[in-house]
Amino acid sequence: MERIPILKVGPNLLVTIQVDMHDQTAVALQEDLTDRIVEKRASGVLIDISSLDVVDSFIGRMLANIAAMSRILGATTVVVGMRPSVAITLVELGLSLKGVRTALNVERGMEMLQAEEQAETNAGRDPEL
Amino acid sequence: MSGSSRIPEVLRDNEAEILAEWYKQQLAANTGHGTLREADLREQSRAFLSAFREAVQGGDLQNTRAENWTAVRDFLAEVSRTRARQGFTPAETAAIVFSLKQPLFDALAAAYGSDAAGLVKEIWTATQLLDRLGLLTFEAYQKTREDIIARQQQEMMELSTPVVQLWDGILALPLIGTLDSARTQVVMETLLQQIVQTSASIAIIDITGVATVDTLVAQHLLKTVAAARLMGADCVISGVRPQIAQTIVHLGVELGDVASKATLADAFQLALKRTGRVVSRLSAEGRG
Repeated sequence: MERIPILKVGPNLLVTIQVDMHDQTAVALQEDLTDRIVEKRASGVLIDISSLDVVDSFIGRMLANIAAMSRILGATTVVVGMRPSVAITLVELGLSLKGVRTALNVERGMEMLQAEEQAETNAGRDPEL
Repeated sequence: MSGSSRIPEVLRDNEAEILAEWYKQQLAANTGHGTLREADLREQSRAFLSAFREAVQGGDLQNTRAENWTAVRDFLAEVSRTRARQGFTPAETAAIVFSLKQPLFDALAAAYGSDAAGLVKEIWTATQLLDRLGLLTFEAYQKTREDIIARQQQEMMELSTPVVQLWDGILALPLIGTLDSARTQVVMETLLQQIVQTSASIAIIDITGVATVDTLVAQHLLKTVAAARLMGADCVISGVRPQIAQTIVHLGVELGDVASKATLADAFQLALKRTGRVVSRLSAEGRG
């Protein structure tokens, strides 16, 4: 079975989905990703789905699940690069992925995670001052 | 039958008289809906009559689709097109052909004299021929009008969904008219396409031009907002009129965390703020 590679970039993990997502691949990704977040003590997860033509309800729900799991493990998830047609399909399916952060591309997603981290550091520092 | 017809001969011998009489008839038939210069009309009549004469001399008075009628057909189509655009009524356009009947019949009557049976036969042939040509003008007229309608529909579709870039990373989508599911689909596609092209992070949906907002329209709006969010762009709804605000609350529509402002200006200011920009005056002199 194919496994989707998970790259570590700074404090974040980068997942670029470049193959057709089968349900099994998706489940495997969920497991791998949660393991890696704990192992690498990652603070952010970027999931790039720009090469996905089709996102069905299962994959949509899986994305939402990954976001929820990462949040519990203390990492922010940003889904980036969704195509217009995919966005329209998801909305028509009634899946607006509430609770999942989104960005136009990987670059924007990185900026978002950095800003998030910055804000957290500041918030953590405030009481000490 | 066409072989024995004397129409070509009559036309050739009496062209000047027929033209003069026909021209008079056309002037009388023109009730003034469109503007037509007399010189143009005279020129048109002359050109048509000579084309008609040549076609008739080619024989085959029954089949106007034949090769030798091409010039006549093209001429009529062109004249009908022009008249349709100039605002003539279909009746006035068809009258070009039908008003030729009387002068032609007069000339035929003069040529046949007392041969009543021959005259009736000829008049029948001529009537059939001119009726067919008259229908041709109708078809051309209709087609021109349909082309105009099709073009206008296309233009309306394009006009109805413009996406404008207000600033680097800020898009505006002024909605005008009603928002049904078909429109929503087009609006959504255009907006998402533009978000990708301009890498916009904020889109302002302006509903100043939307007459009424019911639950369905609100649902369509929220769908568009959700789709834009999936692409990583935030949406701000602007142009909410007081009545619409009241309707939305009375209907119990939940806008959720979608920001909304009364005017496009307010929404633009919010968008600038969210993208880390401020608008300020250049100096104290500008204040007033």
